[in-house]
Amino acid sequence: MSNTDADTDTVRDAGFDDWLDAAEDGEAYYLECPEGHTSLPPRRLCPECGSADLTEQPLPDTGEIATFTVTHVPTPAFEDDAPYATAIVDFGPVRVTGQIVDRDPDEVETGQTVALDITRSETTDERVIGFTSV
Amino acid sequence: MSGVRVAGTGLTPFGNAPERTSRDLFAEATQTAFEESGVPRADVEAVFYGNFMGELAEHQGHQGPLMAEAAGVQAPATRYESACASSGMAVRDAVMRVRNGEHDVVLVGGAERMTNLGTAGATEALAIAADDLWEVRAGMTFPGAYALMAQAYFEEFGGGREDLANVAVKNHDNALTNEKAQYQTAISVEEALDAPTVSSPLGLYDSCPLSDGAAALVLTSEEYADEHDLDAPVAITGTGQGGDRMALHDREHLARSPAAREAGTEAYADAGVDASDVDLAEVHDCFTIAEVLAIEALDLAQIGEGISAARDGRTTADGDVPINLSGGLKAKGHPVGATGASQIAEVTKLLAGTHPNSEHVADATTGLAHNAGGTVASATVHVLEVME
Ligand SMILES: [Zn+2]
Repeated sequence: MSNTDADTDTVRDAGFDDWLDAAEDGEAYYLECPEGHTSLPPRRLCPECGSADLTEQPLPDTGEIATFTVTHVPTPAFEDDAPYATAIVDFGPVRVTGQIVDRDPDEVETGQTVALDITRSETTDERVIGFTSV
Repeated sequence: MSGVRVAGTGLTPFGNAPERTSRDLFAEATQTAFEESGVPRADVEAVFYGNFMGELAEHQGHQGPLMAEAAGVQAPATRYESACASSGMAVRDAVMRVRNGEHDVVLVGGAERMTNLGTAGATEALAIAADDLWEVRAGMTFPGAYALMAQAYFEEFGGGREDLANVAVKNHDNALTNEKAQYQTAISVEEALDAPTVSSPLGLYDSCPLSDGAAALVLTSEEYADEHDLDAPVAITGTGQGGDRMALHDREHLARSPAAREAGTEAYADAGVDASDVDLAEVHDCFTIAEVLAIEALDLAQIGEGISAARDGRTTADGDVPINLSGGLKAKGHPVGATGASQIAEVTKLLAGTHPNSEHVADATTGLAHNAGGTVASATVHVLEVME
């Protein structure tokens, strides 16, 4: 795991950390092939058709909570964060998994509209994909 | 298609044995399997071994040859890793190799040592079955992933925690006679509902335990079984495998398991049976919701009706199609790498009439075993039939 080894912690994951950087700047994106298949990076080839012709498209500003859970028993990397709400948010072209950061976990419901908001783990200070209400 | 005979099965007790190495666990399972089979170890031509987290739990890779050695077998050996479907995959490859004539006798199985990691360590180890970048780093745990599916299921089809509690109660009831089961205790719906929340809507009793244990099978060709007059009335007659996108959020549907459907469709066709022929099944109930999704994917329940199957008694021991008469992963335990092979062992005994719960399925001729990896990005299904 990412948080148990200092050496691997300091090395970036190309494509993924670049996406987090972009998301922090409000410029999150998804990948699209000429057939219209959509996916998240890092990706050299379209997972649906194998096309290498992937272009970055802007991720819609908001998405809808498709499903969620409040986790009370976390992995050690989120020990101090629990309980926290994890949600799968549907942005249209892609879905993204992350944590609801700005609201009591008990107030989360499916169908709520949220925006991407990169946050930090209270346990490790690592960047975490988060969502805030709009 | 010709069947592959299950000549012998062996299971260790499933449960807490943090000090026991996986090589010792597997050795014990193979002792029973060889004794039961009457097949000499010298006839084994290959070993197929499933294990998931050996690198994390025991700092041990390259486990194939280690486990052949532990079993007292001198034959080429391969370790299969496909998360919780590791030994289901091992069984499938073994079956195909026996069928295509390459081998007459093989040793198949798996083992997992988990409880030495503690709850936090094992939770972390199990999480690596998910997409590390996009799921684990977002704080998604393994129970959390199934909780996301349970919530999506409730939203779409209805049902709730009480329905899931009935699945847990059923599987605990089934395990009462299983002396190898981790939990041989009955629970009530109320106890299940009152248990602490792990990842809402799933509570402690919706979740299988952490377990140490091993399973082993001696499989032979029809010809070998006939020539050596083996007492091996049950054969694996169908095998299937399915796959899906790794991350749950990339699946078309958040409350279905198409990989299990793909594996089931292939296994049914391979055996020349369909879902209505199935008399009993062992399905991968790592969480109560997983049993619901599995029986729907395998056409043992209609889509949207799997949730009420246990509560309505359709899948209980005396129901139309008893599910998880062994106690399932929920009560029998889930030493990850051993589970797929252990399901084959349970179905074999249920069909052969040698299982403590065989009385509930006295006329059964066809059984099914479903093993799933991760949030069902991998699945295997095997059909077993009584041949004599
Ligand atoms: Zn494409």
